[in-house]
Amino acid sequence: MQWETVIGLEIHVQLATQSKIFSGSSTAFGAEPNTQASVIDLGFPGVLPVLNEEAVRMAVKFGLAIDANIDEKSVFARKNYFYPDLPKGYQISQFELPIVGKGYIEITLEDGSTRVIGVTRAHLEEDAGKSLHEDFHGMTGIDLNRTGTPLLEIVSEPDLRSAKEAIAYLKQIHSLIRYLGISDGNMAEGSMRCDANVSMRPKGQKEFGTRAEIKNVNSFRFVEKAINFEVERQIDLLEAGGKVVQETRLYDSTKDETRSMRSKEEANDYRYFPDPDLLPVVLDPAYIQSVRDSLPELPHQKRHRFVEQFNLSAYDADLLSTERETAEYFETVATAAGDAKLAANWVNGELAGALNRDNLELAQSPVSAEQLVQLLKRIQDDTISGKIAKTVFEAMWNGEGDADQIIETKGLKQVSDSGAIEALVDEVITNSPSQVENYRNADDAKRPKMLGYFVGQVMKASKGQANPKQVNQILLRKLNS
Amino acid sequence: MTIERTDVQNAAHLARIAIDENSIDEFTQDLANILALVDQMQAVNTDNIEPMAHPTDAVQRLRPDQVTEVNQREHFQALAPATENGLYLVPKVIE
Repeated sequence: MQWETVIGLEIHVQLATQSKIFSGSSTAFGAEPNTQASVIDLGFPGVLPVLNEEAVRMAVKFGLAIDANIDEKSVFARKNYFYPDLPKGYQISQFELPIVGKGYIEITLEDGSTRVIGVTRAHLEEDAGKSLHEDFHGMTGIDLNRTGTPLLEIVSEPDLRSAKEAIAYLKQIHSLIRYLGISDGNMAEGSMRCDANVSMRPKGQKEFGTRAEIKNVNSFRFVEKAINFEVERQIDLLEAGGKVVQETRLYDSTKDETRSMRSKEEANDYRYFPDPDLLPVVLDPAYIQSVRDSLPELPHQKRHRFVEQFNLSAYDADLLSTERETAEYFETVATAAGDAKLAANWVNGELAGALNRDNLELAQSPVSAEQLVQLLKRIQDDTISGKIAKTVFEAMWNGEGDADQIIETKGLKQVSDSGAIEALVDEVITNSPSQVENYRNADDAKRPKMLGYFVGQVMKASKGQANPKQVNQILLRKLNS
Repeated sequence: MTIERTDVQNAAHLARIAIDENSIDEFTQDLANILALVDQMQAVNTDNIEPMAHPTDAVQRLRPDQVTEVNQREHFQALAPATENGLYLVPKVIE
Protein backbone atom coordinates (compact mmCIF):
# COMPACT_ATOMS: atom_id res chain seq x y z
CA MET A 1 0.00 0.00 0.00
CA GLN A 2 1.05 3.60 -0.62
CA TRP A 3 1.23 5.50 2.66
CA GLU A 4 1.08 9.21 3.27
CA THR A 5 2.95 10.71 6.22
CA VAL A 6 1.13 13.36 8.26
CA ILE A 7 3.19 15.48 10.65
CA GLY A 8 2.30 18.33 12.97
CA LEU A 9 4.91 20.10 15.11
CA GLU A 10 4.62 21.73 18.50
CA ILE A 11 7.54 24.05 19.00
CA HIS A 12 8.38 25.62 22.34
CA VAL A 13 10.42 28.79 22.07
CA GLN A 14 11.97 30.42 25.14
CA LEU A 15 11.46 34.16 24.80
CA ALA A 16 14.57 36.30 25.30
CA THR A 17 13.22 38.49 28.10
CA GLN A 18 15.42 39.65 30.98
CA SER A 19 12.97 38.51 33.64
CA LYS A 20 10.44 35.70 33.93
CA ILE A 21 6.93 35.74 32.56
CA PHE A 22 5.20 36.22 35.94
CA SER A 23 8.01 37.28 38.30
CA GLY A 24 11.03 39.58 38.48
CA SER A 25 13.55 36.69 38.60
CA SER A 26 16.37 36.64 36.06
CA THR A 27 16.14 34.25 33.11
CA ALA A 28 19.92 34.13 32.48
CA PHE A 29 21.14 30.70 31.37
CA GLY A 30 23.70 28.74 33.37
CA ALA A 31 23.36 30.27 36.86
CA GLU A 32 23.98 28.27 40.04
CA PRO A 33 20.98 25.96 40.73
CA ASN A 34 17.94 27.59 42.35
CA THR A 35 19.51 31.06 42.63
CA GLN A 36 16.97 32.48 40.15
CA ALA A 37 13.80 31.04 41.66
CA SER A 38 11.66 33.46 43.70
CA VAL A 39 8.56 32.91 45.84
CA ILE A 40 6.36 33.28 42.77
CA ASP A 41 8.36 30.71 40.77
CA LEU A 42 8.33 28.35 43.74
CA GLY A 43 4.56 28.64 44.08
CA PHE A 44 4.46 29.87 47.66
CA PRO A 45 0.98 30.51 49.04
CA GLY A 46 -0.34 34.04 48.73
CA VAL A 47 1.87 35.22 45.87
CA LEU A 48 0.46 36.87 42.76
CA PRO A 49 1.83 36.42 39.23
CA VAL A 50 2.08 39.64 37.19
CA LEU A 51 2.50 39.37 33.43
CA ASN A 52 5.71 40.59 31.74
CA GLU A 53 4.91 43.18 29.04
CA GLU A 54 7.90 42.20 26.92
CA ALA A 55 6.73 38.56 26.72
CA VAL A 56 3.39 39.84 25.41
CA ARG A 57 5.09 42.11 22.88
CA MET A 58 7.28 39.25 21.62
CA ALA A 59 4.30 36.93 21.19
CA VAL A 60 2.42 39.63 19.26
CA LYS A 61 5.50 40.23 17.08
CA PHE A 62 5.57 36.56 16.17
CA GLY A 63 1.85 36.52 15.48
CA LEU A 64 2.05 39.50 13.14
CA ALA A 65 5.06 38.01 11.35
CA ILE A 66 3.02 34.92 10.40
CA ASP A 67 -0.04 36.99 9.40
CA ALA A 68 -2.00 35.58 12.30
CA ASN A 69 -5.10 36.90 13.87
CA ILE A 70 -4.28 38.67 17.15
CA ASP A 71 -7.42 38.62 19.25
CA GLU A 72 -8.11 41.66 21.31
CA LYS A 73 -8.53 39.45 24.33
CA SER A 74 -6.61 36.41 25.55
CA VAL A 75 -6.88 34.43 28.75
CA PHE A 76 -4.45 32.44 30.91
CA ALA A 77 -5.47 29.03 32.18
CA ARG A 78 -4.08 26.48 34.60
CA LYS A 79 -2.91 23.16 33.20
CA ASN A 80 -2.94 20.78 36.14
CA TYR A 81 -0.47 17.94 36.60
CA PHE A 82 2.00 16.76 39.20
CA TYR A 83 5.70 16.60 38.63
CA PRO A 84 8.53 17.61 40.99
CA ASP A 85 9.88 20.28 38.62
CA LEU A 86 6.48 22.04 38.70
CA PRO A 87 6.11 23.24 42.30
CA LYS A 88 2.65 24.78 41.95
CA GLY A 89 1.05 21.57 40.67
CA TYR A 90 -0.09 23.47 37.57
CA GLN A 91 1.50 25.28 34.68
CA ILE A 92 0.12 28.68 33.73
CA SER A 93 -0.66 28.40 30.04
CA GLN A 94 -3.37 29.46 27.61
CA PHE A 95 -6.16 27.18 26.49
CA GLU A 96 -9.34 28.58 25.00
CA LEU A 97 -8.20 32.05 24.04
CA PRO A 98 -4.52 32.02 22.96
CA ILE A 99 -2.72 35.29 22.22
CA VAL A 100 -1.94 34.29 18.60
CA GLY A 101 -4.61 32.73 16.40
CA LYS A 102 -4.36 31.03 13.01
CA GLY A 103 -1.42 32.04 10.83
CA TYR A 104 0.81 30.84 7.99
CA ILE A 105 4.44 30.04 7.32
CA GLU A 106 5.96 29.68 3.87
CA ILE A 107 8.65 27.03 3.57
CA THR A 108 11.16 26.51 0.75
CA LEU A 109 12.10 22.95 -0.16
CA GLU A 110 15.44 21.77 -1.56
CA ASP A 111 14.23 21.93 -5.16
CA GLY A 112 13.36 25.62 -4.69
CA SER A 113 9.59 25.04 -4.57
CA THR A 114 7.56 26.60 -1.76
CA ARG A 115 4.65 25.40 0.39
CA VAL A 116 2.43 27.23 2.84
CA ILE A 117 2.04 25.55 6.23
CA GLY A 118 -0.74 26.51 8.61
CA VAL A 119 -0.04 27.51 12.19
CA THR A 120 -3.05 26.63 14.33
CA ARG A 121 -2.16 28.91 17.21
CA ALA A 122 0.67 30.16 19.42
CA HIS A 123 0.21 30.71 23.12
CA LEU A 124 2.19 32.05 26.05
CA GLU A 125 3.05 29.82 29.00
CA GLU A 126 5.66 29.33 31.68
CA ASP A 127 8.51 26.83 31.48
CA ALA A 128 9.00 24.15 34.15
CA GLY A 129 12.18 23.47 36.16
CA LYS A 130 14.74 20.78 35.44
CA SER A 131 14.99 17.33 36.96
CA LEU A 132 18.50 15.92 37.27
CA HIS A 133 18.39 12.16 37.33
CA GLU A 134 22.04 11.56 38.18
CA ASP A 135 22.29 9.63 41.36
CA PHE A 136 21.81 11.73 44.48
CA HIS A 137 21.70 8.79 46.93
CA GLY A 138 18.74 7.34 45.05
CA MET A 139 17.00 10.71 44.83
CA THR A 140 16.34 13.18 42.01
CA GLY A 141 17.78 16.71 42.06
CA ILE A 142 15.54 19.65 41.15
CA ASP A 143 16.75 22.98 39.75
CA LEU A 144 13.96 25.55 39.49
CA ASN A 145 15.91 28.33 37.75
CA ARG A 146 14.09 27.63 34.49
CA THR A 147 10.68 27.67 36.19
CA GLY A 148 8.65 30.59 34.91
CA THR A 149 10.83 31.37 31.87
CA PRO A 150 8.43 32.65 29.19
CA LEU A 151 7.62 30.19 26.43
CA LEU A 152 5.76 30.65 23.19
CA GLU A 153 4.27 27.34 22.11
CA ILE A 154 3.73 27.31 18.35
CA VAL A 155 1.36 24.60 17.14
CA SER A 156 1.29 23.74 13.44
CA GLU A 157 -1.57 22.27 11.48
CA PRO A 158 -1.02 18.64 10.41
CA ASP A 159 0.12 20.02 7.04
CA LEU A 160 3.62 18.55 6.84
CA ARG A 161 4.07 15.48 4.64
CA SER A 162 7.68 14.38 5.19
CA ALA A 163 10.59 14.70 7.58
CA LYS A 164 12.22 17.08 5.07
CA GLU A 165 9.20 19.39 5.13
CA ALA A 166 9.13 19.25 8.93
CA ILE A 167 12.78 20.34 9.03
CA ALA A 168 12.17 23.12 6.50
CA TYR A 169 9.29 24.37 8.70
CA LEU A 170 11.36 24.11 11.87
CA LYS A 171 14.23 26.00 10.23
CA GLN A 172 11.82 28.66 9.01
CA ILE A 173 10.51 29.18 12.56
CA HIS A 174 14.09 29.25 13.81
CA SER A 175 15.01 31.86 11.23
CA LEU A 176 11.92 33.93 12.01
CA ILE A 177 12.36 34.06 15.80
CA ARG A 178 15.98 35.11 15.33
CA TYR A 179 15.04 37.85 12.83
CA LEU A 180 12.45 39.10 15.27
CA GLY A 181 14.97 38.97 18.12
CA ILE A 182 12.49 37.17 20.35
CA SER A 183 14.70 34.12 21.00
CA ASP A 184 18.21 32.85 20.25
CA GLY A 185 16.62 29.58 19.09
CA ASN A 186 19.50 27.55 20.54
CA MET A 187 18.27 23.95 20.43
CA ALA A 188 21.25 22.53 22.32
CA GLU A 189 20.54 24.82 25.29
CA GLY A 190 16.82 24.14 25.07
CA SER A 191 15.71 27.64 24.02
CA MET A 192 13.89 25.93 21.15
CA ARG A 193 12.36 22.48 21.66
CA CYS A 194 10.29 20.41 19.31
CA ASP A 195 7.63 17.72 19.71
CA ALA A 196 6.46 15.95 16.56
CA ASN A 197 3.06 14.32 16.05
CA VAL A 198 3.42 11.63 13.41
CA SER A 199 0.72 9.48 11.81
CA MET A 200 0.25 7.52 8.60
CA ARG A 201 -2.76 7.11 6.34
CA PRO A 202 -3.35 5.27 3.06
CA LYS A 203 -2.70 7.69 0.20
CA GLY A 204 -5.94 9.35 -0.82
CA GLN A 205 -7.70 8.77 2.51
CA LYS A 206 -9.11 11.86 4.13
CA GLU A 207 -9.23 10.83 7.79
CA PHE A 208 -6.04 10.98 9.79
CA GLY A 209 -4.50 7.84 11.27
CA THR A 210 -3.71 7.45 14.98
CA ARG A 211 -0.69 9.56 15.89
CA ALA A 212 2.27 9.11 18.18
CA GLU A 213 3.95 12.13 19.73
CA ILE A 214 7.75 12.26 19.81
CA LYS A 215 8.93 14.48 22.66
CA ASN A 216 11.74 16.97 23.05
CA VAL A 217 14.21 16.21 20.31
CA ASN A 218 17.12 18.62 20.65
CA SER A 219 18.61 19.18 17.18
CA PHE A 220 17.42 19.61 13.60
CA ARG A 221 19.21 16.43 12.57
CA PHE A 222 17.62 14.38 15.35
CA VAL A 223 14.13 15.69 14.53
CA GLU A 224 14.60 14.42 10.99
CA LYS A 225 15.98 11.07 12.14
CA ALA A 226 13.30 10.60 14.80
CA ILE A 227 10.51 11.27 12.29
CA ASN A 228 12.05 8.94 9.72
CA PHE A 229 12.36 6.20 12.31
CA GLU A 230 8.78 6.72 13.46
CA VAL A 231 7.44 6.62 9.88
CA GLU A 232 9.21 3.31 9.26
CA ARG A 233 7.97 1.89 12.55
CA GLN A 234 4.36 2.82 11.89
CA ILE A 235 4.37 1.51 8.31
CA ASP A 236 5.87 -1.82 9.47
CA LEU A 237 3.27 -2.03 12.21
CA LEU A 238 0.33 -1.20 9.92
CA GLU A 239 1.46 -3.51 7.13
CA ALA A 240 1.79 -6.36 9.61
CA GLY A 241 -1.88 -5.81 10.46
CA GLY A 242 -1.16 -3.99 13.72
CA LYS A 243 -2.47 -0.70 15.06
CA VAL A 244 -0.65 2.48 16.07
CA VAL A 245 -1.30 3.34 19.71
CA GLN A 246 -1.77 6.98 20.67
CA GLU A 247 1.15 7.55 23.01
CA THR A 248 4.16 9.69 23.81
CA ARG A 249 7.48 8.35 22.56
CA LEU A 250 11.01 9.37 23.39
CA TYR A 251 13.76 9.57 20.74
CA ASP A 252 17.04 7.91 21.74
CA SER A 253 19.77 9.43 19.57
CA THR A 254 22.42 6.87 20.53
CA LYS A 255 20.25 3.97 19.32
CA ASP A 256 18.45 6.06 16.65
CA GLU A 257 15.01 4.82 17.68
CA THR A 258 11.83 6.03 19.42
CA ARG A 259 10.53 4.27 22.53
CA SER A 260 7.17 4.32 24.23
CA MET A 261 7.19 6.73 27.19
CA ARG A 262 3.67 6.78 28.52
CA SER A 263 0.21 6.17 27.21
CA LYS A 264 -1.92 9.30 26.82
CA GLU A 265 -5.10 8.07 28.52
CA GLU A 266 -4.34 9.27 32.00
CA ALA A 267 -1.59 11.78 31.33
CA ASN A 268 -3.78 13.94 29.13
CA ASP A 269 -6.41 14.86 31.71
CA TYR A 270 -5.14 18.35 32.51
CA ARG A 271 -8.42 19.87 33.75
CA TYR A 272 -7.74 23.32 32.32
CA PHE A 273 -9.59 26.25 33.85
CA PRO A 274 -9.07 30.04 33.71
CA ASP A 275 -6.39 31.11 36.22
CA PRO A 276 -8.15 33.26 38.83
CA ASP A 277 -4.81 34.96 39.64
CA LEU A 278 -4.64 36.54 36.20
CA LEU A 279 -7.09 38.83 34.45
CA PRO A 280 -7.82 38.72 30.73
CA VAL A 281 -5.11 40.38 28.62
CA VAL A 282 -6.60 43.08 26.40
CA LEU A 283 -4.60 44.56 23.52
CA ASP A 284 -5.87 47.62 21.75
CA PRO A 285 -5.54 48.04 17.97
CA ALA A 286 -3.12 50.99 18.32
CA TYR A 287 -0.75 48.82 20.35
CA ILE A 288 -0.93 46.01 17.79
CA GLN A 289 -0.25 48.53 15.01
CA SER A 290 2.78 49.91 16.86
CA VAL A 291 4.21 46.38 17.12
CA ARG A 292 3.49 45.81 13.44
CA ASP A 293 5.40 49.00 12.60
CA SER A 294 8.42 47.73 14.52
CA LEU A 295 8.79 44.52 12.49
CA PRO A 296 11.99 44.15 10.47
CA GLU A 297 12.00 42.81 6.91
CA LEU A 298 11.24 39.11 7.39
CA PRO A 299 13.07 36.11 5.89
CA HIS A 300 10.39 35.26 3.32
CA GLN A 301 10.15 38.93 2.29
CA LYS A 302 13.92 39.09 1.84
CA ARG A 303 13.83 35.85 -0.10
CA HIS A 304 11.29 37.20 -2.56
CA ARG A 305 13.14 40.52 -2.87
CA PHE A 306 16.48 38.76 -3.53
CA VAL A 307 14.89 36.79 -6.37
CA GLU A 308 13.33 39.90 -7.90
CA GLN A 309 15.98 42.53 -7.21
CA PHE A 310 19.09 40.43 -7.72
CA ASN A 311 17.77 37.79 -10.10
CA LEU A 312 18.91 34.95 -7.83
CA SER A 313 17.58 31.40 -7.89
CA ALA A 314 15.03 30.50 -5.21
CA TYR A 315 17.60 28.16 -3.71
CA ASP A 316 20.35 30.80 -3.44
CA ALA A 317 17.86 33.36 -2.13
CA ASP A 318 16.67 30.91 0.54
CA LEU A 319 20.22 30.14 1.72
CA LEU A 320 21.09 33.83 1.86
CA SER A 321 17.97 34.95 3.71
CA THR A 322 17.78 32.32 6.45
CA GLU A 323 20.02 34.26 8.82
CA ARG A 324 19.70 38.01 9.10
CA GLU A 325 23.50 38.43 9.38
CA THR A 326 24.10 36.43 6.20
CA ALA A 327 21.48 38.44 4.32
CA GLU A 328 23.08 41.71 5.40
CA TYR A 329 26.59 40.48 4.55
CA PHE A 330 25.40 39.36 1.13
CA GLU A 331 23.64 42.64 0.39
CA THR A 332 26.71 44.65 1.34
CA VAL A 333 28.89 42.57 -0.98
CA ALA A 334 26.36 42.42 -3.83
CA THR A 335 25.77 46.16 -3.78
CA ALA A 336 29.42 47.18 -3.51
CA ALA A 337 30.64 44.66 -6.10
CA GLY A 338 27.69 45.34 -8.40
CA ASP A 339 27.37 41.65 -9.27
CA ALA A 340 24.81 39.77 -7.17
CA LYS A 341 25.38 36.37 -8.74
CA LEU A 342 29.13 36.56 -8.07
CA ALA A 343 28.45 37.72 -4.51
CA ALA A 344 25.92 34.92 -3.94
CA ASN A 345 28.35 32.30 -5.23
CA TRP A 346 31.08 33.49 -2.91
CA VAL A 347 28.89 33.88 0.18
CA ASN A 348 27.15 30.51 -0.30
CA GLY A 349 30.34 28.86 -1.57
CA GLU A 350 33.80 29.73 -0.22
CA LEU A 351 32.59 31.74 2.77
CA ALA A 352 29.87 29.30 3.94
CA GLY A 353 32.29 26.40 3.36
CA ALA A 354 35.06 27.99 5.41
CA LEU A 355 32.66 28.94 8.24
CA ASN A 356 31.32 25.42 8.28
CA ARG A 357 34.77 23.83 8.23
CA ASP A 358 36.00 25.96 11.15
CA ASN A 359 32.65 25.78 12.94
CA LEU A 360 32.27 29.58 13.12
CA GLU A 361 29.29 31.92 13.10
CA LEU A 362 29.27 34.61 10.43
CA ALA A 363 29.86 37.26 13.10
CA GLN A 364 33.21 35.54 13.80
CA SER A 365 34.29 35.44 10.15
CA PRO A 366 37.92 36.52 9.67
CA VAL A 367 36.92 37.93 6.25
CA SER A 368 34.61 40.94 6.47
CA ALA A 369 32.10 41.92 3.77
CA GLU A 370 34.35 44.86 2.79
CA GLN A 371 37.36 42.58 2.42
CA LEU A 372 35.40 40.17 0.24
CA VAL A 373 34.29 43.09 -1.93
CA GLN A 374 37.94 44.00 -2.59
CA LEU A 375 38.66 40.43 -3.61
CA LEU A 376 35.68 40.28 -5.99
CA LYS A 377 36.72 43.59 -7.55
CA ARG A 378 40.08 42.06 -8.40
CA ILE A 379 38.28 39.24 -10.21
CA GLN A 380 36.11 41.74 -12.04
CA ASP A 381 39.02 43.91 -13.21
CA ASP A 382 40.96 40.82 -14.32
CA THR A 383 43.77 41.31 -11.81
CA ILE A 384 43.27 37.67 -10.79
CA SER A 385 41.28 34.71 -12.10
CA GLY A 386 38.44 33.10 -10.16
CA LYS A 387 40.71 30.18 -9.39
CA ILE A 388 43.53 32.30 -7.96
CA ALA A 389 40.87 34.22 -6.00
CA LYS A 390 40.21 31.08 -3.98
CA THR A 391 43.88 30.97 -3.00
CA VAL A 392 43.73 34.65 -2.02
CA PHE A 393 40.54 34.01 -0.02
CA GLU A 394 42.25 31.20 1.90
CA ALA A 395 45.12 33.57 2.76
CA MET A 396 42.68 36.28 3.84
CA TRP A 397 40.88 33.71 6.00
CA ASN A 398 44.21 32.88 7.65
CA GLY A 399 44.77 36.52 8.50
CA GLU A 400 47.49 37.24 5.93
CA GLY A 401 45.97 40.62 5.04
CA ASP A 402 43.68 42.21 2.48
CA ALA A 403 43.23 40.91 -1.05
CA ASP A 404 45.52 43.56 -2.61
CA GLN A 405 48.30 42.93 -0.09
CA ILE A 406 48.16 39.18 -0.63
CA ILE A 407 48.10 39.47 -4.43
CA GLU A 408 51.10 41.80 -4.25
CA THR A 409 53.26 39.88 -1.75
CA LYS A 410 52.52 36.45 -3.22
CA GLY A 411 52.93 37.71 -6.79
CA LEU A 412 49.55 36.34 -7.83
CA LYS A 413 48.75 39.09 -10.27
CA GLN A 414 47.27 37.78 -13.46
CA VAL A 415 49.57 38.08 -16.45
CA SER A 416 47.78 40.33 -18.92
CA ASP A 417 50.92 41.33 -20.75
CA SER A 418 50.09 39.99 -24.21
CA GLY A 419 53.75 39.62 -25.13
CA ALA A 420 54.41 37.34 -22.20
CA ILE A 421 51.30 35.30 -22.92
CA GLU A 422 52.22 35.00 -26.59
CA ALA A 423 55.58 33.59 -25.63
CA LEU A 424 53.91 30.95 -23.47
CA VAL A 425 51.42 30.11 -26.23
CA ASP A 426 54.23 29.72 -28.75
CA GLU A 427 56.08 27.43 -26.41
CA VAL A 428 53.02 25.20 -25.91
CA ILE A 429 52.33 25.06 -29.65
CA THR A 430 55.92 24.12 -30.40
CA ASN A 431 55.88 21.38 -27.77
CA SER A 432 52.58 19.82 -28.89
CA PRO A 433 52.93 19.16 -32.64
CA SER A 434 50.56 16.18 -32.78
CA GLN A 435 47.79 18.00 -30.84
CA VAL A 436 48.20 21.00 -33.14
CA GLU A 437 47.87 18.79 -36.20
CA ASN A 438 44.75 17.07 -34.80
CA TYR A 439 43.25 20.43 -34.02
CA ARG A 440 43.87 21.83 -37.45
CA ASN A 441 42.39 18.73 -39.08
CA ALA A 442 39.26 18.80 -36.90
CA ASP A 443 36.03 20.45 -38.01
CA ASP A 444 34.69 23.61 -36.38
CA ALA A 445 32.25 21.79 -34.14
CA LYS A 446 34.99 19.78 -32.43
CA ARG A 447 37.56 22.53 -32.13
CA PRO A 448 36.29 24.35 -29.04
CA LYS A 449 36.55 21.17 -26.99
CA MET A 450 40.09 20.51 -28.24
CA LEU A 451 41.13 24.05 -27.41
CA GLY A 452 40.74 23.21 -23.73
CA TYR A 453 43.93 21.17 -23.82
CA PHE A 454 46.00 24.13 -25.01
CA VAL A 455 44.40 26.53 -22.55
CA GLY A 456 45.21 24.09 -19.75
CA GLN A 457 48.84 23.82 -20.84
CA VAL A 458 49.31 27.59 -21.07
CA MET A 459 47.63 28.14 -17.68
CA LYS A 460 49.87 25.48 -16.18
CA ALA A 461 52.97 27.07 -17.68
CA SER A 462 51.89 30.43 -16.20
CA LYS A 463 51.21 28.85 -12.79
CA GLY A 464 47.56 29.81 -13.16
CA GLN A 465 48.35 33.48 -13.50
CA ALA A 466 47.72 34.11 -17.18
CA ASN A 467 44.52 35.92 -18.00
CA PRO A 468 42.34 33.08 -19.36
CA LYS A 469 40.42 35.37 -21.71
CA GLN A 470 43.63 36.57 -23.37
CA VAL A 471 45.02 33.05 -23.50
CA ASN A 472 41.93 31.99 -25.38
CA GLN A 473 42.13 34.86 -27.83
CA ILE A 474 45.81 34.42 -28.60
CA LEU A 475 45.50 30.65 -28.93
CA LEU A 476 42.59 30.98 -31.34
CA ARG A 477 44.45 33.50 -33.43
CA LYS A 478 47.59 31.35 -33.64
CA LEU A 479 45.93 27.96 -34.13
CA ASN A 480 43.38 29.11 -36.66
CA SER A 481 45.86 31.06 -38.77
CA MET B 1 -25.14 15.04 34.50
CA THR B 2 -24.67 12.11 36.84
CA ILE B 3 -21.59 11.29 38.81
CA GLU B 4 -20.36 7.83 39.76
CA ARG B 5 -18.09 6.57 42.49
CA THR B 6 -15.39 5.96 39.87
CA ASP B 7 -15.52 9.65 38.82
CA VAL B 8 -14.81 10.64 42.40
CA GLN B 9 -11.96 8.16 42.65
CA ASN B 10 -10.50 9.40 39.36
CA ALA B 11 -10.76 13.06 40.35
CA ALA B 12 -9.14 12.29 43.71
CA HIS B 13 -6.31 10.46 42.01
CA LEU B 14 -5.68 13.28 39.51
CA ALA B 15 -5.60 15.80 42.37
CA ARG B 16 -3.46 13.45 44.49
CA ILE B 17 -5.98 13.59 47.34
CA ALA B 18 -6.24 10.48 49.48
CA ILE B 19 -9.85 9.77 50.36
CA ASP B 20 -11.20 7.16 52.70
CA GLU B 21 -12.99 4.27 50.98
CA ASN B 22 -15.92 4.82 53.40
CA SER B 23 -16.36 8.46 52.48
CA ILE B 24 -16.57 7.98 48.68
CA ASP B 25 -20.38 7.69 48.75
CA GLU B 26 -20.64 10.88 50.75
CA PHE B 27 -18.36 12.78 48.32
CA THR B 28 -20.30 11.39 45.38
CA GLN B 29 -23.52 12.76 46.86
CA ASP B 30 -21.93 16.16 47.65
CA LEU B 31 -20.58 16.53 44.14
CA ALA B 32 -23.91 15.41 42.66
CA ASN B 33 -25.60 18.21 44.60
CA ILE B 34 -23.10 20.74 43.25
CA LEU B 35 -23.64 19.50 39.70
CA ALA B 36 -27.39 19.78 40.19
CA LEU B 37 -26.86 23.44 40.99
CA VAL B 38 -24.77 23.76 37.83
CA ASP B 39 -27.60 22.17 35.85
CA GLN B 40 -29.97 24.70 37.33
CA MET B 41 -27.69 27.54 36.19
CA GLN B 42 -27.28 25.97 32.74
CA ALA B 43 -31.02 26.39 32.26
CA VAL B 44 -30.67 30.17 32.30
CA ASN B 45 -30.69 31.74 28.85
CA THR B 46 -27.20 33.19 28.18
CA ASP B 47 -27.55 34.04 24.48
CA ASN B 48 -25.55 37.15 23.56
CA ILE B 49 -23.71 37.12 26.87
CA GLU B 50 -19.94 37.00 26.59
CA PRO B 51 -18.36 34.33 28.83
CA MET B 52 -16.29 35.81 31.67
CA ALA B 53 -12.79 34.58 32.41
CA HIS B 54 -12.74 36.40 35.74
CA PRO B 55 -15.41 37.65 38.16
CA THR B 56 -14.05 41.20 38.18
CA ASP B 57 -14.54 43.14 34.99
CA ALA B 58 -10.92 44.29 34.87
CA VAL B 59 -7.95 43.93 32.56
CA GLN B 60 -4.55 42.38 33.32
CA ARG B 61 -1.86 44.91 34.24
CA LEU B 62 1.55 44.30 32.76
CA ARG B 63 4.89 44.79 34.48
CA PRO B 64 8.07 46.10 32.85
CA ASP B 65 10.64 43.47 31.93
CA GLN B 66 13.07 44.09 34.78
CA VAL B 67 14.90 41.78 37.15
CA THR B 68 13.73 42.75 40.62
CA GLU B 69 14.27 39.54 42.59
CA VAL B 70 17.48 38.67 44.40
CA ASN B 71 18.86 35.24 45.25
CA GLN B 72 17.23 33.89 48.42
CA ARG B 73 18.14 30.26 47.93
CA GLU B 74 19.54 29.63 51.42
CA HIS B 75 16.40 31.12 52.91
CA PHE B 76 14.04 28.93 50.85
CA GLN B 77 16.10 25.79 51.20
CA ALA B 78 16.08 26.03 54.97
CA LEU B 79 12.49 24.76 54.65
CA ALA B 80 13.28 21.88 52.28
CA PRO B 81 13.49 18.30 53.61
CA ALA B 82 16.62 17.53 51.53
CA THR B 83 19.03 19.58 49.42
CA GLU B 84 22.45 19.02 47.90
CA ASN B 85 24.73 21.27 45.82
CA GLY B 86 21.95 23.84 45.67
CA LEU B 87 19.42 21.33 44.32
CA TYR B 88 16.20 20.26 46.01
CA LEU B 89 16.18 16.49 46.41
CA VAL B 90 12.97 14.54 45.86
CA PRO B 91 12.14 10.82 45.69
CA LYS B 92 13.45 9.43 42.42
CA VAL B 93 11.23 10.11 39.42
CA ILE B 94 11.67 7.97 36.36
CA GLU B 95 9.60 8.29 33.22
